[in-house]
Amino acid sequence: MRYLPISPAERQAMLRAMGCASTDELFEQIPADLKLQGKLNFPGPLSELEILEFFRQVASESGRGYVSLLGAGAYSHYRPVAIDALLSRSEFFTAYTPYQAEVSQGTLQAMFEFQTLMAQLTGQEVSNASLYDGATATTESVLMALRVTRRHRVVLAQTLHPEYREVLRTFVRHQDLDIEEVPYEGSGRLDLARLESAVNSQTAAVVVQSPNFFGVLERIPEIAVLARRQGALLIVSVTEPLSLAAVQPPREADVVCGEAQSFGVPISFGGPHVGFLTTQEKFVRQMPGRLVGQTVDTEGRRGFVLTLATREQHIRREKATSNICTNQSLCALAATIYLCLLGKRGLRLLAEQNLAKAHYAAAALLGIPGFSTPFRGASFNEFVVRVPGDAEKLLGDLKREKIIGGLHLGRFYPELENHLLLCFTELAPRTTMDRMVGVCRQFAAGTAGAVSWPKG
Amino acid sequence: MKNRIREAGSHVTRNELLVFERSSAGKVGAELAPLDVPAVSPTELLGEENVRAEIDGFPEISELEVIRHFTRLSTWNYGLDTGLYPLGSCTMKYNPRINEVVAALEGLATQHPYAPEDLAQGCLRVLYETARCLREITGMDAVSLQPAAGAQGELTGILMIRACLEARGNARKYVLIPDSAHGTNPASVTISGYTVRHIKSNERGCVDLADLDRAMDQDVAGLMLTNPNTLGIFESDVQRIAEIVHARGGLFYMDGANMNALAGVARPADFGVDVMHLNLHKTFSTPHGGGGPGSGPVAVKKILEPFLPSPVVEKSAEGKFHLNYDRPQSIGRVRAFCGNFGMAVRALAYILAKGPEGLRQTTEDAVLNANYVRSGLRGAYDLPYDQPCMHECVFSDRLQAAHGVHTGDIAKRLIDYGFHPYTTSFPLIVPGALMIEPTESASKEELDAFIDALLAIAEEVKEDPEFVLKAPHTTRVSRLDEVAAARKPVLRWKPQS
Repeated sequence: MRYLPISPAERQAMLRAMGCASTDELFEQIPADLKLQGKLNFPGPLSELEILEFFRQVASESGRGYVSLLGAGAYSHYRPVAIDALLSRSEFFTAYTPYQAEVSQGTLQAMFEFQTLMAQLTGQEVSNASLYDGATATTESVLMALRVTRRHRVVLAQTLHPEYREVLRTFVRHQDLDIEEVPYEGSGRLDLARLESAVNSQTAAVVVQSPNFFGVLERIPEIAVLARRQGALLIVSVTEPLSLAAVQPPREADVVCGEAQSFGVPISFGGPHVGFLTTQEKFVRQMPGRLVGQTVDTEGRRGFVLTLATREQHIRREKATSNICTNQSLCALAATIYLCLLGKRGLRLLAEQNLAKAHYAAAALLGIPGFSTPFRGASFNEFVVRVPGDAEKLLGDLKREKIIGGLHLGRFYPELENHLLLCFTELAPRTTMDRMVGVCRQFAAGTAGAVSWPKG
Repeated sequence: MKNRIREAGSHVTRNELLVFERSSAGKVGAELAPLDVPAVSPTELLGEENVRAEIDGFPEISELEVIRHFTRLSTWNYGLDTGLYPLGSCTMKYNPRINEVVAALEGLATQHPYAPEDLAQGCLRVLYETARCLREITGMDAVSLQPAAGAQGELTGILMIRACLEARGNARKYVLIPDSAHGTNPASVTISGYTVRHIKSNERGCVDLADLDRAMDQDVAGLMLTNPNTLGIFESDVQRIAEIVHARGGLFYMDGANMNALAGVARPADFGVDVMHLNLHKTFSTPHGGGGPGSGPVAVKKILEPFLPSPVVEKSAEGKFHLNYDRPQSIGRVRAFCGNFGMAVRALAYILAKGPEGLRQTTEDAVLNANYVRSGLRGAYDLPYDQPCMHECVFSDRLQAAHGVHTGDIAKRLIDYGFHPYTTSFPLIVPGALMIEPTESASKEELDAFIDALLAIAEEVKEDPEFVLKAPHTTRVSRLDEVAAARKPVLRWKPQS
């Protein structure tokens, strides 16, 4: 067995050295009637080549060669190849959590850099070393607000990612918490009047997403005023943090959290991704998740360690701020490398490219009779389109052109049947967008059937 | 407290600064493809009040410098490819490279979770097959791959227990946890709205049946047990334990972190377990990555199946896979999308590489190695529970403490011998614990060298304890001041004013 470094002769030598006749003696602790008699039923052992062939076959069963216009919390961006080259340094990817700081300075310094970059990007003071994903980061932010304010109400924007709201509800079900959802208004943004009446002196936090699930930028300063007036914390969740390179970060927020998958982490059918949580220094001791801090060694050299561990499960146990153990270190490292490669100007240029692509697509679609963009608020790289007819049929027409035409919003918002959420990143070629427009034009004209377009 | 880095000895990688300290305006590390649509002005599009000025402090460095920076950083880490990484409770086993290759395949790494199901059949098939293999290995009836890590798996399991009991009319109030448990156990219980009730371990280090009997009543929702326990000892009374819990209407949760002692040899379903989690980043070889990502699937018996996180992956009669969201009794979602799919790919590749016989041999080697280390160190280090162990063994520093040296110090000295330390100070029921789990990924030479190193340190403790107390001596940085780090936390770089 190729992964096992002990030969049959060595096994015998080791057993002899221990005074054991056979390996069976080592398993005597397990009662005989609990020991497996037969063989388990699953495939293998497979050679490396067979494994490769199996997965190649499986991968081919997923549609390939499509251009995806899906966003909705997971984004297609180009990943510079230097990222994988560096991640495959085995000292990074095979290492454990850096509890033994002296032999983990690589991971620790990289995580310190991650914390710095995320704080810089969001305009907050501190960041943790990542959480599982945007949904848990948002949930953990709410739990933090409950601890800080000692209140038991939370107001959620309906324009916060539907699955994030589901995850939050699962985790707080037994925490004696009132949750109220506030709807959006015609511009696609949170209804501020409804928000004002929802927030009261028992509200621990107001949670919004910006750009929101419809891709529209929320009115953060106004929302902050409404929250602050009642002493509630403002939590802003960001699923597409590339937006922060061009859009004003929500500086008025008490917590800016979300999903950093856009930064060099593969979409990978939804995971692993990487959540982030940034906040004000005054909340540091209530923050969940790992924190890397700077310190010195006995000679005065700068070094880094995991710190403020007394918040965490391995110390506080049932009184911990959270039950979290792992962070998403390797994914956070990918994000760190990505942000370093793009840098201050590259990230801004990329954000502007995304704006340009989405703007081009929106303008082109608006030129088709029957198509409209119902939400007028400013947006980044995602927007909602109303389809003059059956959106599922349109999606089918687009699929025949090898285009995955975005998310049918009726799936999450029954009132938005026949509305599509479309995302255009730097990876959406103009030719694809033009082809999409062509299909939509045909659809609007009521023409059925496939259209032949120049490929490429 | 001096603030600058000392000049290096001979090694150029010793001096790597923070990336922000290497930054210089005008450098670029990546160049974008040209825009094929007209450029836009952000201020015109978004309105001036919505547009950001530059990102203060963000670095500007070249691709070369990024490569050198992170390559140098990596040389400061000890990885398990470097050598033995005997952290108890972590199962630091070889991360097969083929797993990384298949996880990166187009169609797997590139697929969006909201892609139409007919274009996602490959991904759904991976989830389905991985779940099927894990069901077979654990003997349980259903598996969800949604939880992102072990702790999330635990929480999911307790939430399901709660949902099941609520459906029966009474959620109850307490969950029993042995005093030897991992910290995530009580933390997960509290979040589920239960109160922890501890049960004692007996003189063998196992659950005290009398104490369990006393503690288990109609107000107790269930028991969370790790088996083998955190001492590396199999709870041989496990069937009796299950009976006691079940007889009084409770459910039995097993923390599956120690499956590396059982896979292919015994199945938790046969112990009477109702729900358990697995750690794909432990038993199933997915890489630890410096602290994640992991994956913590849950496996349940039929009675808990309706409560699994939603959606579940199903296969139709025609062999097509789909996600079933119509799960009225589900506890809901614990993570967005379908969990850490990329880790399921790697785990499946590992399981297929092993096959049933390989999995069994792997477990046998893991247990053999732990016992070999235990018998090699016995006498030089105190063994509080002196009996054969399973996949990990726990010593205490009692003999060394007499010279003022503790488990943390011995661990630091072990670094000088070229090994990563074992787990220190856990489990809590052994004061001054040294928890050693070599896993099957250790050759006999390596184990012999490891044993020799610890024996040598035991001698050093007697002859020159000060030298051990000041270890490590050979690393890039010496012992780091954790107290100072916590007293006045510095959690980010800031430019010098």
